[in-house]
Amino acid sequence: MSAIIDDLSVMFGDVTAVDGLSLEIATGERFAVMGPSGSGKSTLLRAIAGLAAPTSGRIILDGADVTDLAPHRRPIGLMFQDYALFPHMSVIDNVAYGLRMHGATKRASRHTAARLLELVGLAGFERRAPGSLSGGEQQRVALARTLAPEPALVMLDEPLGSLDLALRESLLTEMRSVVERVGATSLYVTHDRTEAFSFAQRLAIMRHGSIIRVGTPDAVWNDPATTFVARFIGHPNVVPGHVVGFRAEAVTIPGSAVSIDDGPIDGVVQDTVFVDGTYEMTVRVGLDTLLKVIDIDSHPPGTRVHLSIDRGAVRELVLDEF
Amino acid sequence: MDRTRPLLNRGPIGHAGNVAVLAVPVAFLGYFFVYPIVAITLRGLTVDGAIDLSVFSDVITDTTLQGVARFTFWQALLSTILTVVTALPAAWVFARFTFPGKRVLEAATLVPFVLPTLVVGTAFLTLAGPRGVTGVDLTGTLWLILAAHVFYNYAIVVRGVGAYWQRLDPRFEAAARTLGASPSKAFRTVTLRLLAPAIASTSALVFLFTFTSFGVVLLLGDLKHTTIEVEIWRQTTAFLRLDVASVLAVVQLVGVAAILAAYGWFQRRTRVQFERSFDSSRRPEGRERWIVGAIIGSTLVILGTPIAMLLTRSFIGPTGRLGFENYINLFKLPEISGAFVEPATAIANSLRFALAATAIALVVGLLSSAVITYARRRTARVFDVFVMLPLAASAVTIGFGFLVALDRPVDIRTSVILIPIAHALVAIPFVVRTASPALAAVHRTLREAAATLGASPWRTWWTIDVRLVATAVLVAGAFAFAISMGEFGATAFIARPGAPTMPIAIFKLLGKPGPSPFGAAVALSSLLMIITGVAILVIDSLGVRDRREL
Repeated sequence: MSAIIDDLSVMFGDVTAVDGLSLEIATGERFAVMGPSGSGKSTLLRAIAGLAAPTSGRIILDGADVTDLAPHRRPIGLMFQDYALFPHMSVIDNVAYGLRMHGATKRASRHTAARLLELVGLAGFERRAPGSLSGGEQQRVALARTLAPEPALVMLDEPLGSLDLALRESLLTEMRSVVERVGATSLYVTHDRTEAFSFAQRLAIMRHGSIIRVGTPDAVWNDPATTFVARFIGHPNVVPGHVVGFRAEAVTIPGSAVSIDDGPIDGVVQDTVFVDGTYEMTVRVGLDTLLKVIDIDSHPPGTRVHLSIDRGAVRELVLDEF
Repeated sequence: MDRTRPLLNRGPIGHAGNVAVLAVPVAFLGYFFVYPIVAITLRGLTVDGAIDLSVFSDVITDTTLQGVARFTFWQALLSTILTVVTALPAAWVFARFTFPGKRVLEAATLVPFVLPTLVVGTAFLTLAGPRGVTGVDLTGTLWLILAAHVFYNYAIVVRGVGAYWQRLDPRFEAAARTLGASPSKAFRTVTLRLLAPAIASTSALVFLFTFTSFGVVLLLGDLKHTTIEVEIWRQTTAFLRLDVASVLAVVQLVGVAAILAAYGWFQRRTRVQFERSFDSSRRPEGRERWIVGAIIGSTLVILGTPIAMLLTRSFIGPTGRLGFENYINLFKLPEISGAFVEPATAIANSLRFALAATAIALVVGLLSSAVITYARRRTARVFDVFVMLPLAASAVTIGFGFLVALDRPVDIRTSVILIPIAHALVAIPFVVRTASPALAAVHRTLREAAATLGASPWRTWWTIDVRLVATAVLVAGAFAFAISMGEFGATAFIARPGAPTMPIAIFKLLGKPGPSPFGAAVALSSLLMIITGVAILVIDSLGVRDRREL
């Protein structure tokens, strides 16, 4: 149940949405692709699903080339961003739909669908209309519907995108555990780094239609390689190397690697915020470089401070943003 | 490499299918609507292929016909103002409040709008005609016409303005209040301003319908109180002056075009983007309860009285006895009055025509809706206006056009099939308005979701597209059926003496002397009202609703 994307390109007229992208997802792996909007990640999903035609490249699922197959002949499942639940069918009929299309009898498909509804915590919702469900409930119906036919690759397109923040966190954990339990190979697409990092065993960062960094969450986090990746995944201090005495064009300094003591770097506190029990200071270093520094003591704005940096924790970056 | 796109965007039909889909409504509307209109125009403005405005100038300098045109305009304006003023309070109540029985009452407001014109006319005759229940005879006065027009168009204002009002965020008015505006000032400076375009566009619609009013004016007016629409009919049937009638039809078409332009202009201004859909309605409290109650009460009186009068009168027999005599007379009337056709036959005719008209209207209307939904934007917009034209042109113009034009290439003017075709033309705009939104609601992502779940294109079409529009098709069919059952304006021109419809029979009965035919007309009107009323109940019960369980 592996997926191989080989040198895939999708063009819409003159616009290249996916640009020679290659990717391998292992059987049973939870993989995430993250990137800003317009990076081509949704088009990638649509191309794998057969809803967008690739200009070149191959898509191989479970060892079979599916590039030329119509969507309904591909062993994939796609969970749509706004779920696309069928408004004229009950919850159970929505979930059973894929099974019916794959030839299961009405009874058998309902039986399986009921089991999946139970799995996503919606037992008892069988006869409800999708329109009468809350956003979170709809999301879980959509997940159950996508998983029901046991596709070789389960794709989730911004599955939490239309929900509010509080709901996202609990659903994310739940969704991961459901996907884990059914053992599906999954591809999760999002622009949100928290979602990608907590869902995936391996993730890729996409930009301008290509993947610029791929690896396990901790590998990517600890060595983002480029300034774009570092900023995108939320590193607080991506600064020019020379400011902190590095040769590289740019470096990233973990917040925990900067401390206010008698260190060699001079700075002036610009702003102080109390966050999660500690103080987070924005310190101006040199002419216009700003560093985020965390300290248990407050240093009010205007204070002159001396900083030291744990050089071992600093990672050099390639400047790829401007 | 565009392998999957066309399939998913257009449904399971390819390009050739698209052409076929477009061709059917274009051919139908082209031959049965556009061509007759062109023929009318030529008949009115040319002689032997050359432009000749002599008849035209005769008509527009004729003082009697000038009087008709003036009356047509003024009664439409007065009717519109009166309808808006009486219906706005009800629009407010329906938009802002919930109360027991609201749904039923809401459905009931729709009934007068879909009642056949002849039924409405007859109802007002029972209210204030020479043989009416009250004994007051107001026929041949402006007042009875105005009253009938208010009754008829009340629902348009309640629904049209009310729907807009309901979506209007009540916090706008609240914000004005917190900024120091008094309740009435807040209403005038905020709510009324925001409602103005909706009121204006609904008014234009009411004006259009009353401007082209036929059946009501024919029954309740007289030679002085008459509309261009009635005059076209009179010139055709009484004086055989097809040239004069043609000129009148052209004049009316110009008027209609102007009204439609105004309507479109106002409509574009109502398209405020609403950020979310609201339901701002609530239970009335304290003093409000009295006001809301009074408005609901007066709505019931305005809409209920003519209907109640009609039903009551239908049970008062020719000799003044209560009972079913009028209904029984429907089956033995030829002996009593010498009417050429048994009204019972008319009922059977009407049902047959209505079934045929419904089938035609559904085929042409659904294909039109498919074009509007799936074609490229420009094509769709042009087509959308095109299929709405029969609604604007008035039924009399359609019937008159058949008479003027359909002798070529083959003379089919005496064919009985023309009746359901004319009815279908009137119904098609309603079918399109009902079906298009349903088709458009089948979002592409739903089809894509079905495809990723393993459904082939045909299976997607069957399990998603068809199922989602099925209800709308039923509603559209019921609409077409009700319209056909009650259609009079066009039928009046093309009905064969041997095959009258219910409205034709009612009209004939009303024209006969004596109490028996009048009683029979009232009874027949009551039956027709019940049939169309049932159709409306079907429409309403099928209507989109928040179904919690499927």
